[in-house]
Amino acid sequence: MVAEAIQREIDAIVARYPDPRSALLPILHRLQREEGWLSPTAQAWAAERLGLSPAMVQGVATFYTMYNTRPVGRHLIQLCRTLSCELRGSLEIRAALKARLGIGPGETTADGRFTLVEVECLGACGTAPAMMVGEDYYENLTPAGLDAILAALP
Amino acid sequence: MAAFAPVLTRIVGLADAHTLRVYTREGGYRALPMALRQAPAAIVEAVKASGLRGRGGAGFPCGMKWGFLSDPARNPKPRYLVCNADESEPGTFKDRVLLRDNPHLLIEGCAIASYALGVHDCFIYIRGEYAAEARILEAAIAEAKAAGHLGRDIHGSGFDLEIVVHRGAGAYICGEETALLESLEGKRGYPRIKPPFPAVVGLYGCPTVINNVETLCCVPPIVERGAEWFAAIGREKNTGPKLYCVSGHVARPGTYEAPLGITFRELLEEHCGGMRDGRRLKAVIPGGSSTPVLTADEVLDVKLDFDGLAAAGSMLGSAAVIVMDETTDMVRVAFNLIRFYHHESCGQCTPCREGCGWLEKILARFDAGRGRAGEIAQMLDICDNMAFKTICPLGEAARMPTESYLRKFAGEFEARIGAAAVKGN
Ligand SMILES: Cc1cc2nc3c(=O)[nH]c(=O)nc-3n(C[C@H](O)[C@H](O)[C@H](O)COP(=O)(O)O)c2cc1C
Ligand code: SF4
Ligand code: FES
Repeated sequence: MVAEAIQREIDAIVARYPDPRSALLPILHRLQREEGWLSPTAQAWAAERLGLSPAMVQGVATFYTMYNTRPVGRHLIQLCRTLSCELRGSLEIRAALKARLGIGPGETTADGRFTLVEVECLGACGTAPAMMVGEDYYENLTPAGLDAILAALP
Repeated sequence: MAAFAPVLTRIVGLADAHTLRVYTREGGYRALPMALRQAPAAIVEAVKASGLRGRGGAGFPCGMKWGFLSDPARNPKPRYLVCNADESEPGTFKDRVLLRDNPHLLIEGCAIASYALGVHDCFIYIRGEYAAEARILEAAIAEAKAAGHLGRDIHGSGFDLEIVVHRGAGAYICGEETALLESLEGKRGYPRIKPPFPAVVGLYGCPTVINNVETLCCVPPIVERGAEWFAAIGREKNTGPKLYCVSGHVARPGTYEAPLGITFRELLEEHCGGMRDGRRLKAVIPGGSSTPVLTADEVLDVKLDFDGLAAAGSMLGSAAVIVMDETTDMVRVAFNLIRFYHHESCGQCTPCREGCGWLEKILARFDAGRGRAGEIAQMLDICDNMAFKTICPLGEAARMPTESYLRKFAGEFEARIGAAAVKGN
């Protein structure tokens, strides 16, 4: 179920480390890239690959906020809610996203296109307010500028 | 003072600054061969003499930390260098500039430090969200390797080094050095009890040095231009160039390089273009969200370095300066930050896990204008119970600033007791 090409990529990741277990985070990143989340099957595969217990892998997958242990929309929007962003208007951005998408933090649009979550500091405080969509940063956000950003996403 | 010329960000802003071609054209990779011709111990000595203090938060002398690495004659295990590029302290975004626009400076710094420390495997632990920066770093490492600056027998010196970029996955606590090691070993990021310190028992139980990105970026210029040159920048015990990252209500937020010890006034007026919209300054968090807040009166003439900020009752931390104008609601600030710490507490220690939770709950009520009589004292009491009782400094990072808001802006908290000012968020 994990394609052979991905398995080969994962073999290369494991080979980078003195101890194979160190490859767990990168492996989970790689597996998540396929479906947008880490299904129980994907987690079990990672456990098997590294000889770890499934509980151990689940414990890691749930500890880190970037791993989705439930399905998410095609575009995961992560809006920063921490201080520097709030001082420069993240609450207005949240309201604007709600007005345009009709969802609040933690929700997914009915068409499965967007999931919105609020996250802590993204390390882009100088260009606040900031959000991520998938792996891409969007900074210096304004409510008016959101339309163009959302429209450009498939 | 002689005019200061940027050191760490000298090439930032040039087209293709992140490429080997531009870095080399601008004088890069001169320090590495110079270092490889010296004895490793001589480099450790130079770093000591430069006075370089760690740029990751605590300001520990870098050369001294390197000197703690256990002696290979007595401990034959492999030794590791880990670069801390987790950059998750709210307000902090200085390392991102280096990762994105000057990755070869970091790579050269890692290579020199590894040679000085007898390391053959170096890891750069970068926060997972910085996916683009991780790709830039990986490309730069590949370029450096192809040019013979990394890999086997570097420049014919017999020294071998591999650098691996390792992405985190969203957890502030993984910036704490022992949690970072756990995470790098493929586990949850739970801080370890110290001692033993990483210099003795670190990654995979082996001697390990952990340094911040900016710290390692200071190493090539020290080797190339000398410890004395570096020590002449800034002032005694607070030497070298520094990246200040400024966010909040200033006209021009951003990352600015200056000698350690410039005053807040200089930073604000000369670099940041003053306050946004000409408003009045109210308060400043000088070193990232975990450092105590200073009022406008307290901060203006403070020297922004380790000792200057300690004397003012705060800390330089990661030099993440968050500026707040007169419109800022300090109750809301306290709530926003404690919500962060509660979210990010790893949960191992009761005082941190529960203390952050209770503070968040009470501050949420104050934020909504429904504080209760006696709760300010109760919050101070909770802070007191969190002090010095936890495995890692996150407990302190949550309680120290909270206390500072409660004490310095007491009036704003009192005004929310029983008031009916429920707000719409
Ligand atoms: C909760 C917490 C978070 C931290 N986050 C970071 C970080 O993101 N980056 C960093 O370099 N240091 C961070 N530190 C400091 C590291 O533990 C460590 O002191 C530092 O990486 C050492 O490097 P230096 O000596 O070069 O400063 C953090 C510390 C704590 C307690
Ligand atoms: S102080 Fe907080 S973050 Fe640090 S180990 Fe204890 S519970 Fe975890
Ligand atoms: S506070 Fe939003 S990116 Fe740092």
